[in-house]
Amino acid sequence: MKKYLASLFLIITFVLFAVFQRKSTGSSNAAPDLASTDTTPTSSSPTTSDTTNQQPLASGSSPTPNNSTGNSNNSAVTTPQTNTGKYKNGSYTGSSADAYYGNVQVKAIIKNGKISDVQFLDHPSDRSRSMMINNQAMPILRSEAIQAQSANVDAVSGASMTSGAFIQSLQSALDKAAN
Amino acid sequence: MNMPVSIEIVDSKDEAVFDEIYQFFREIEARFSIFQPNSEISKINRHEIKPSKYSREMKEIFDLAEKTKRESFGYFDIENDGRLNPSGIVKGWAIYQAAKKLKSKKINDFYIEAGGDIQTSGLNVDGFKWQVGIRNPFDHSQIIKTLTLSGEGVATSGNYERGRHIYNPISPASPLTEIVSITVIGPTILEADRFATAAFAMGKSGINFIESRPNLGGYAIDQTKTAVFTTNFERYANQNVMAR
Repeated sequence: MKKYLASLFLIITFVLFAVFQRKSTGSSNAAPDLASTDTTPTSSSPTTSDTTNQQPLASGSSPTPNNSTGNSNNSAVTTPQTNTGKYKNGSYTGSSADAYYGNVQVKAIIKNGKISDVQFLDHPSDRSRSMMINNQAMPILRSEAIQAQSANVDAVSGASMTSGAFIQSLQSALDKAAN
Repeated sequence: MNMPVSIEIVDSKDEAVFDEIYQFFREIEARFSIFQPNSEISKINRHEIKPSKYSREMKEIFDLAEKTKRESFGYFDIENDGRLNPSGIVKGWAIYQAAKKLKSKKINDFYIEAGGDIQTSGLNVDGFKWQVGIRNPFDHSQIIKTLTLSGEGVATSGNYERGRHIYNPISPASPLTEIVSITVIGPTILEADRFATAAFAMGKSGINFIESRPNLGGYAIDQTKTAVFTTNFERYANQNVMAR
């Protein structure tokens, strides 16, 4: 009977410990949903003594075939700066994501509570396998010098003065100009 | 917004439908133009409307913007400095809605063009697929590629002037002056427009992003007047025909 009680006590203690451990390390155990980005205007509630706090990040698509086949790596470093923005200051590494032609992993640098830079990370990889992936999945794109062609067309597509990005740029210039 | 709209309809003589479509674009303007102080988007930016009271169209646009932001790894973003400007996505969406209206009236041979974005359907008046040119960003009087389309949408995103800075939401400090324009062909103008906007924001990587999406074709032109195009672009391009 005593042995039974002792074992039960140990099991319960272990379970409580595991639950406590999970709670104190916040969301770092869950694989962040890389497809989601934090777009809420209010910042997320701060947690105390949480050294592994990180936000789900928008992962960037690598411009060239990426050699990384690294596994999930969530790490974060916080730096002691004042912060009134959306995010905590520091560098945050997102988990590795499948970008169709290889894996991508990005690091976000937060300064003054905002994303100040996003860097692509290279990882040691199985070179022969990633070369095969690169060759199969990402053909080298062809290029040509542009050449005038017959104007005998029904309609024409071209960038307009009212493209969204242009307006965005214009709006920000207007904002700076405003009192 | 506030752009010229061109419509050509082949298989209907109904004149009233043109007015209906132009009126529809005026309503889009009134709702989504950030330059109109009484537009719904301007009111939203002044926090005068609660999210639960957004119009159906506005909610649809916001959902589409969020989806595009995810799919473009954050490069497409309608938010800038706490302000929302969905014009990079409204154009394609509006043209697509207008095309649906025509199809609901059993009109099948047409194109609708607004601000350089085009939705094609069926055949032109000669019975051939629509011939769509890509404007030379360095000389707007010239065509540098002709496309043969029937049902696809085509959108071009770019700078009106060479070297103008385009906002990059990921690294705002880095200039994106390498690509002057990118033209995207998609199954609809909705798909073409949202991904053309996203791809342009990515600079030189944009064409690779388009390549990674098998249902899109892309043609990007850089400052050296060199074009790079994706695997699924050539099937739409006509053989080189020199200007006469």
